[in-house]
Amino acid sequence: MSDDETGVPLYEGDIAPGDERADGTEIVEGIRGYLIGLGLSVAATVVAFYLSGTSLVWQPSIPAALIVLAIAQIGVHIVFFLHITTRPDSINNVMALTFGVFIVFVLIVGSIWIMTHLNHNMIPMERLMQMQR
Amino acid sequence: MSVAGTHFGFADGAVADVPVAVHAERSVASRRIVTAFGFWVFLLSDVVMFSAFFATYVVLVDMTADGPSGKDVFNLSTVALETGCLLLSSFSCGMASLGARARSNFMYYGGMIATFLLGAAFVLLEIRDFTGLVAQGAGPSRSAFLSAYFALVGCHGLHVTMGLLFLLTMIAQVYAKGYRADILRRLLCFALFWHTLDIIWVGIFTVVYLLGVAR
Repeated sequence: MSDDETGVPLYEGDIAPGDERADGTEIVEGIRGYLIGLGLSVAATVVAFYLSGTSLVWQPSIPAALIVLAIAQIGVHIVFFLHITTRPDSINNVMALTFGVFIVFVLIVGSIWIMTHLNHNMIPMERLMQMQR
Repeated sequence: MSVAGTHFGFADGAVADVPVAVHAERSVASRRIVTAFGFWVFLLSDVVMFSAFFATYVVLVDMTADGPSGKDVFNLSTVALETGCLLLSSFSCGMASLGARARSNFMYYGGMIATFLLGAAFVLLEIRDFTGLVAQGAGPSRSAFLSAYFALVGCHGLHVTMGLLFLLTMIAQVYAKGYRADILRRLLCFALFWHTLDIIWVGIFTVVYLLGVAR
């Protein structure tokens, strides 16, 4: 669909989250998408489980690596299973997702940040118990 | 302007030729988009709720009250099995979605039944895990760490159980009413729900189990 005067493609409407563009997408292509998603997420999972038990890697790097792998895997799930992509017709879905991710980030990082500071400034639990006796 | 414009009649009889209306007309989203977007916003709020449970867990993970820590009680081979079940069920749920789109009964029912079996296997493994923990004196009342653990993982397990009921309902609805537009909308919501639960499980097996054992 394009505007006759300008040749610019007209606005084609949004897409529902979870939907793929139906036009021109065959079932085989859909299966291929899910297979790619499954393959990538299984690979990420296997590497993560392997890393958690191995002694071959510098140990302090493991938690960071596990978190990076989890974020990558969540990205794979969002693109290949939920079909939330950066196409312009999916912008509303992406905006909602971005807001959700922002709140999740504030909640988790904020909690960890505040609570470690509180723990740092608090009397150790053992001494508190002794004082109460 | 007969093609592009839309004529609007006013109360005083005047007629306005409004080319802008073309854009407005095309901008009206279909019910499928409205329904799925609303459900997507609900799911994101569900994820926000889960993030509160995650934050609680991370804050309380060291508060073991001289009880067992994650390293002592977690069984990674069960977790690996559970993860396999959920990943495969996400794939089979995708197959069911494609089957419904192609009106293929074999793909739809096959995908849904496989999803149900994998999801039920996940729930059973989790129940076995939980009863084992309680039996060895590591129930939710043992320490703050275990309370947070059971709250977070149990909440996800409850979601999966609800998802299984949703799944059975969708099988019954397609069986009774066919691939109608309203049924397909609900099916899209189910698929979104199921894939989102899988994403939350990725967070759980990383933050709770793998980091718990690696620390």
